[in-house]
Amino acid sequence: MSIWEYANPTKFMGWSGKALPWVAGLAAICTVVGLFWGFFLTPDDYRMGSTVKIIYIHVPSAMMAINIWGMMLLTSLIWLIRRHHVSALAARAAAPVGVVMTVIALVTGAIWGQPMWGTWWAWDPRLTSFLILFLFYLGYVALWAAIDNPDTAADLTSVLCLVGSVFALLSRYAVNFWNQGLHQGASLSLDKEENVSDVFWQPLVLSIAGFILLFIALVLLRTRTEIRARRLHALETRERMG
Amino acid sequence: MIPLLSRDLKLTFRAGGGFGLGLAFFLIFATLVPFGIGPESGLLSRVAPGVLWLGALLACLLSLDRIFQLDFEDGSLDLLATAPIPMEAVVSVKALAHWLTTGLPLVLAAPVFGVMLNLPGPGYVWLVLSLMIGTPALSMIGAFGAALTVGLKRGGLLLSLLVLPLYVPTLIFGTEAARRGAEGMAVETPLLMLAGISLGSLALLPFAAAAAIRVNLR
Repeated sequence: MSIWEYANPTKFMGWSGKALPWVAGLAAICTVVGLFWGFFLTPDDYRMGSTVKIIYIHVPSAMMAINIWGMMLLTSLIWLIRRHHVSALAARAAAPVGVVMTVIALVTGAIWGQPMWGTWWAWDPRLTSFLILFLFYLGYVALWAAIDNPDTAADLTSVLCLVGSVFALLSRYAVNFWNQGLHQGASLSLDKEENVSDVFWQPLVLSIAGFILLFIALVLLRTRTEIRARRLHALETRERMG
Repeated sequence: MIPLLSRDLKLTFRAGGGFGLGLAFFLIFATLVPFGIGPESGLLSRVAPGVLWLGALLACLLSLDRIFQLDFEDGSLDLLATAPIPMEAVVSVKALAHWLTTGLPLVLAAPVFGVMLNLPGPGYVWLVLSLMIGTPALSMIGAFGAALTVGLKRGGLLLSLLVLPLYVPTLIFGTEAARRGAEGMAVETPLLMLAGISLGSLALLPFAAAAAIRVNLR
């Protein structure tokens, strides 16, 4: 039995129904514990004061915003190559979550930037490329919404996702070329000597895990809803025919 | 392919084809800018390269839905799909026709609008050159967007939402080259990057656009 069997809609409904409560529960636990730990049990940063606590929402949501696009790219490829319907539906289900994550990252970034840099918004490369990523998400969601035929919509949005990924990457580096930034570099790399200190790092990792699980739970839930909606549509069509 | 190109050019040049609308839009845009930001010549010459690039980009955007929409509605796109040339070639030829009727006139007219916006002397060469290199990418990316939305009844607004984010890298390198040229700095890097984007788009996007057209004709 190959891994692709799990992508059969009936099989998918079976295992995702069982997995969903566990994933959702774990997501709730990780997020609540991570955020509570981060907000109340860690010391203030010596330069940033208590604003450093925004990191527990800002960093996970920003990471998810990028990785969700990567997941959409992967599922789009699977749809174009192997034509698994669940794959296309998962890409569709993930996009609005990605939009929300991008908005959260931008808004928490603005709230953090105001006290630290003295401005809500700056045309810094990271901020700008996030705004562009947001526009890409909007275009993708709008294209899904505009087309009636589900297979046509899945094909066209997949092509858009592939082309969009290339151009989003290009924009990321073009923006670097265009302006120098205020935003600090990555503070969570695995291969660097100097990272965020352990006090902040442990709750941060926990809340990142929480956000990832939350995303998986939401995608499972939304994909299941979409499959049910399709079945309902098929039943209604059959009713009208008969 | 050449008959297809001449057909598209004839359709645009003859009555009702909309040739010149892009130029007229560019003219109006360049006229409105001083009303928006004030007539001070120092300020105008500083923003001129960027404003002219933006104007060219928007003028290009306006005519995008003409690339495939009319052919899709009267059925000639179906005939082209069954013609003995690949869809990729059809898309490339249509993008070329779009560039010849929209991009090229904009490039040639840009110096005139540069005078209106008080573009500094050394900037003219680089503005024209950067537009010359960059507008083919605008046409090709636009053809891809038009191919995605060709089956939609009111795809115009969606088309701009899809295409404008894709225009970001081209715009950045194009204005950067024009701005550096106007300020007398080295322009080689942005020009080369711009050429890279244009050539990459011309090489790869016909495949994506043709795939989108095939899906829309299903």
